[in-house]
Amino acid sequence: MPSLDDLKKRIKSVKSTQKITKAMKMVAAAKLRKAQESAEKGRPYSQKMQNIILNLTKSINDPQNAPKLLVGTGEDKKYLCVVLTADRGLCGGFNSNICKLAKTNFKKIISEGKELNIITVGSKGHDQIKREYGKYVIKKFSFKDKKNISFNEADEVGKEIISLFNQNKFDKCIIFYNNFKNVITQIPQAQQIIPAETKNLKESNDQNFSYEFEPEEDEILEDLLPKNISTQVFKALLENAASEQGSRMTAMDNATRNAGDLVDKLTIDYNRSRQASITKELIEIISGAESL
Amino acid sequence: MSEKFTVEIITPDKSFLKSEAAEVTIPSYEGQMGILKDHISLITFLRPGFILIKNAEEKKFYVEEGTVEFSNNKLLILTSTVKDLKNFNKDLVENLVQEAEKKLNDQNTSDKEKYIISYKIDALKELSL
Repeated sequence: MPSLDDLKKRIKSVKSTQKITKAMKMVAAAKLRKAQESAEKGRPYSQKMQNIILNLTKSINDPQNAPKLLVGTGEDKKYLCVVLTADRGLCGGFNSNICKLAKTNFKKIISEGKELNIITVGSKGHDQIKREYGKYVIKKFSFKDKKNISFNEADEVGKEIISLFNQNKFDKCIIFYNNFKNVITQIPQAQQIIPAETKNLKESNDQNFSYEFEPEEDEILEDLLPKNISTQVFKALLENAASEQGSRMTAMDNATRNAGDLVDKLTIDYNRSRQASITKELIEIISGAESL
Repeated sequence: MSEKFTVEIITPDKSFLKSEAAEVTIPSYEGQMGILKDHISLITFLRPGFILIKNAEEKKFYVEEGTVEFSNNKLLILTSTVKDLKNFNKDLVENLVQEAEKKLNDQNTSDKEKYIISYKIDALKELSL
């Protein structure tokens, strides 16, 4: 049985933890609004870009001569996985969810006997992945000191991916990130960016446009495809930023509530043992008086 | 029948503009291009210059690069460098011109880049008139 003093200290410490989690929740809520806004505003750009690429893909008649970034190298041996996570913890299952999804994929790739390379963006993901898959990590990015994610950061990652591709380091590239659905739900996602995924083709309805290109088709593709990679990375980063704040907000909300429950429980314990010691003292006094 | 089509300018961080237009002039990679309703489907690039949107009134924007798609009477301009002309002042333009000229004289700049930069300078100089 802890002493009264211990309980008092305990209650005090839980209360101050509660204050911290409450403050963190407020901060996350404020940041969330901004992040969510930019994620939602960023969506049309990447979607439309993807659409243009898909339309271009449809109009290609000669897949053999098409740019490799679009149709892939034709092989399926080497994989590059880009895992995008946050730089900070205390955001519930946010980082571990991405890593879990990524690890399942890693396992699959390795068990199929294919070559695996990993790029991590964000220090938390790197910490979780290096334990098991450290030897596959070829590069890590961290934008810890950046306050807001801009297109430049995404471009940096995109350029790295493209230079690796040009060096023939991989055949397929997959990015992992959390898709922001709403404040409570974030869905970890794996998106293949090289070669460009064409399974959404049906959604953009099967109209067959014949486009007029200016300059030539391949010139456009050559310029557009690297841009698209950066755009997709940028989208993933924005979605991630919003998801991180949403996830943190929910986590901190839960933590605050749990701390409240704990304080209630401890207060009851505290009052009970205080009452018990008073009763005990009274009994001692009374029985002392009786024996006289 | 209306002779208008929709035009949308989207930047990576937001939807910059969405409106109706009767005619849009864009600085396409190989020259100025005017687009009216029922233009053939088209994909092209932009070089530095001005986007001119004609409706009841005229709107003018400065861009450095971008991708343009026109289909089903929807004009879509994807760019990360669109700027409203209201935000330009003389000092800023002069700075930009100087920077561009410096780059133009740099030996490491490729011919293709030089082509783009020369248009940038032209566009900016036109502006300061």
